[in-house]
Amino acid sequence: MPKCKYDWPEAGERKIIGTRVSRIDGPVKSSGEAKYTYDINRPGLLFAKIYRSPYAHAKITAVDTSAAEKLPGVKTVYVIQGVGKEIQWAGDEIVVVAAESEEIAQDAVRLIKVEFEQLPHLVNEENLDRAGDYAKAAGGEKGGDPDKAFSDPAVVISEGYYGISTITHCCLESHGATSEWPDANNLKVWISTQNVSGVQGEFGKALRTQSVDIKDNNVETICDYVGGGFGSKFSADRWGILSAQLAKTAGKPVKLMLERDMELEVAGARPSAFAKIKVAANKDGSIVAWDSQSWGTGGPAGTTMPPLPYVLSQIPNKVTRHTSIATNTGPARAWRAPNHPQAALLTMGALDDLAAKLNMDPLEFFTKNAALAGERGEVYRQELQKAAELIDWQKHWHPRGDKTPGAIKRGLGLSMHTWGGRGHNSNCNVSIHPDGSVEVALASQDLGTGTRTVIAMVAAETLGLPVEAIQVEIGDAKKYPPSGASGGSTTVGGVSASTRRGCVDALDQFFAAVAPSLGAAADQLEAVGGHIRVKGDSSKSLTWKEACAKLGVKTIQTTGKNPGPCKLGDSGVGGVEMADVSVDTETGLVKINKMVCAQDCGLVINLKTAESQCYGALIMGITYALFEEKVMDEQTGRMLNANMEFYKLAGIGDIGELVVHMMTGPGYDERGVIGLGEPPVISPGAAIANAVANAIGVRVSTLPLTPDKVLAALEKGGVA
Amino acid sequence: MRRKKEKPPHPSKGTFTRRDFLKGASVAVSSGLLAAEKGKAAPAESAAIHGPGAVPVTLRVNGKTHKLSLEPRVTLLDALRNRLDLTGAKKVCDRGVCGSCTVILNGKPVYACNVLAIEAEGHDITTIEGLPRGGKLHPVMAAFVNNDAQQCGFCTPGFVVACKAFLDKHPHPTPAEVEKGLGGNLCRCGTYKGVRAAVLEAAGAAGGGSAHA
Repeated sequence: MPKCKYDWPEAGERKIIGTRVSRIDGPVKSSGEAKYTYDINRPGLLFAKIYRSPYAHAKITAVDTSAAEKLPGVKTVYVIQGVGKEIQWAGDEIVVVAAESEEIAQDAVRLIKVEFEQLPHLVNEENLDRAGDYAKAAGGEKGGDPDKAFSDPAVVISEGYYGISTITHCCLESHGATSEWPDANNLKVWISTQNVSGVQGEFGKALRTQSVDIKDNNVETICDYVGGGFGSKFSADRWGILSAQLAKTAGKPVKLMLERDMELEVAGARPSAFAKIKVAANKDGSIVAWDSQSWGTGGPAGTTMPPLPYVLSQIPNKVTRHTSIATNTGPARAWRAPNHPQAALLTMGALDDLAAKLNMDPLEFFTKNAALAGERGEVYRQELQKAAELIDWQKHWHPRGDKTPGAIKRGLGLSMHTWGGRGHNSNCNVSIHPDGSVEVALASQDLGTGTRTVIAMVAAETLGLPVEAIQVEIGDAKKYPPSGASGGSTTVGGVSASTRRGCVDALDQFFAAVAPSLGAAADQLEAVGGHIRVKGDSSKSLTWKEACAKLGVKTIQTTGKNPGPCKLGDSGVGGVEMADVSVDTETGLVKINKMVCAQDCGLVINLKTAESQCYGALIMGITYALFEEKVMDEQTGRMLNANMEFYKLAGIGDIGELVVHMMTGPGYDERGVIGLGEPPVISPGAAIANAVANAIGVRVSTLPLTPDKVLAALEKGGVA
Repeated sequence: MRRKKEKPPHPSKGTFTRRDFLKGASVAVSSGLLAAEKGKAAPAESAAIHGPGAVPVTLRVNGKTHKLSLEPRVTLLDALRNRLDLTGAKKVCDRGVCGSCTVILNGKPVYACNVLAIEAEGHDITTIEGLPRGGKLHPVMAAFVNNDAQQCGFCTPGFVVACKAFLDKHPHPTPAEVEKGLGGNLCRCGTYKGVRAAVLEAAGAAGGGSAHA
């Protein structure tokens, strides 16, 4: 029996948790009925478009909007940044126009005239020597005695250069909002967001600074469905606030969705990271020393150092130094597992090269050093073993450089990762109605991770009902109690815990109300299989509906919270991924044959959507490993590939065979629920880069692993 | 890797296509005055009456006729989404790359962002909203749900329409044909594994093309 009243049911008692349930919003999504922010059409809707800076660094010297204002159909023109303002990246917003149609708004933008005084810019940072004043020391750490460790003649040392370019979020639904004022005091905003509760107050605050008198609670932020966020949609953003301002001025609803080029230029980027790394190990393969000099950019704010050395952080002797480079590029935003894919590529690349220098199989090398991961070392050993089985490592691995004749070379690589994922703060309302219906309501959001379904499953498990019996209401900050932003893999832990606590309390009240009818004490009742019955006496039983009818006109309502009593979740997961690739040494093309993922995340609520997170992460990882890069033009300071034909995403034919194994059962389940969105996306870049090195016998230093870089690496050595 | 959808069928006589316009334009640039002569080969008389202001356009969408007044530059996608409130087709790349706006034009899948509304006049347009369901989910939609071939869901309607059109043409696809045939649709969340399974399941459920007509 559970020791604490809200504890998750024991393994043998779980009927729904841990099974595979199709997402409950699947039908409305696949039928096209789901209305995203971009799909909101309102009577009298105006469309907003933005004039943006063509220069990466410039001062505005003149703004003339008169022609735009005169264009028939234009309802309002607003100067966002006027004369004297200094622009720090190309594509920054200067003037916004709202008009009766998208076409008119576009025409109006073309009529706007802005003059600039151009200033010097820096948009590329890979060459640290050219960064000059844009570069600033940004910390580092020292532990043990690295100088002494590296100078020990008994150690084997490997030195190399590794890097990972800036990429964008490229959400398929661009950022934006539609705002409408039903009356002078109330604002409704449909916004594409990961943070439906949090942006409510942001709108109130920003509007009040613009002298618009509004109370936070009179802002209704709504997000039923969101077309991708990946960390880039936590804020109301200038665009969201503008839609509300323009709607107020024009007296009509205003839709402001970013165009694709703007989405890629300014609506989020993952910082780059480059590093010169030196590592040392004893001849038996035990790692003894680490030395890294890293740098990177995240736009005007620069970067912070990725967590180096990654996962195997307890290397006894280590020194790290980081340089942050401020560039005139669109600002970085959290990108799924911020700073971890970078840390994985740098660390696992350097250590894989060290294993090669030691003539060791990386599987043996990483398994041997797993204890450097600390208390979770044993989990990594299990995951390495599982992943190796799934990819048949013993059969396919060979020492560096595939010696098979022919142009196609095959190789294997691996990487390890970690993440926190503790549940966020969450409040939910649980209602059991006299007609038998059950509702769980909270101002959370479902990014496509399956949040709605998890909530329904937890409620159904707790109340002894089928999943279909639970109505889940999310995505409205005015109607429902606040729940955390969906970032850092915190949602599943937060909403599952608040739902569990709310439902246990609701059931207690329900038992108390029904107990007299069953002639038993409330604490002798249980909810099983759609019935309320007396424990151990199946003759005393009511169907759920009959029991609810006993409530008369009273609806049971409780509030569930997280954090709260009893341990329902934890923090800290591991994971191992392996890649099997083929490289065409004549064309430089890398093809994924197979990728596997062994991932733990405590107690899995929905195995189906959990696996989907991992499959999706592998695919997103393949994409950034092979294709993605925000290419900046040094001369003009602009992004050269701000579109989807040259900012490339993997297609259905690019991903090979994918296998996911969730680590569950004893040792995992009892930790409770831990988030999963970030961790599996961390390792693919490193695993694929290591597999390519294994195939061709030489390292391609930086992601993406494009054909030109593969061929350039082969020029320097390798098997071709 | 990526494949463009087939071009829409050539519109009936008397309408003006962007392709014709581009042909005419390139000739005009390269051969000066001769362009006037060449231009006559294209339906120049209709070019003269289209725009730049709004023109009457009749669209037949999901079996229903809609009379609209649209500028000739308005894409089929914008007409569907902004004028007819048919928002299943999504606006993502807006230049014929990602497939999120896929609709069926005379039986063939097209990128609605790459077709002008005036080009679509006189043709049968089927959007995701118009896929036959008979009171329940279309088999392709059901297969997407069963195989979790969707996460955020923004690319999903485009994928479902593309799959439907693909299966109509390839009722018994091999996995290689699926990868080729659906290479024109992109997903950011990474649902391709589910999509591959969904297409094969839908093909099986349909017994090879009949039930998903």
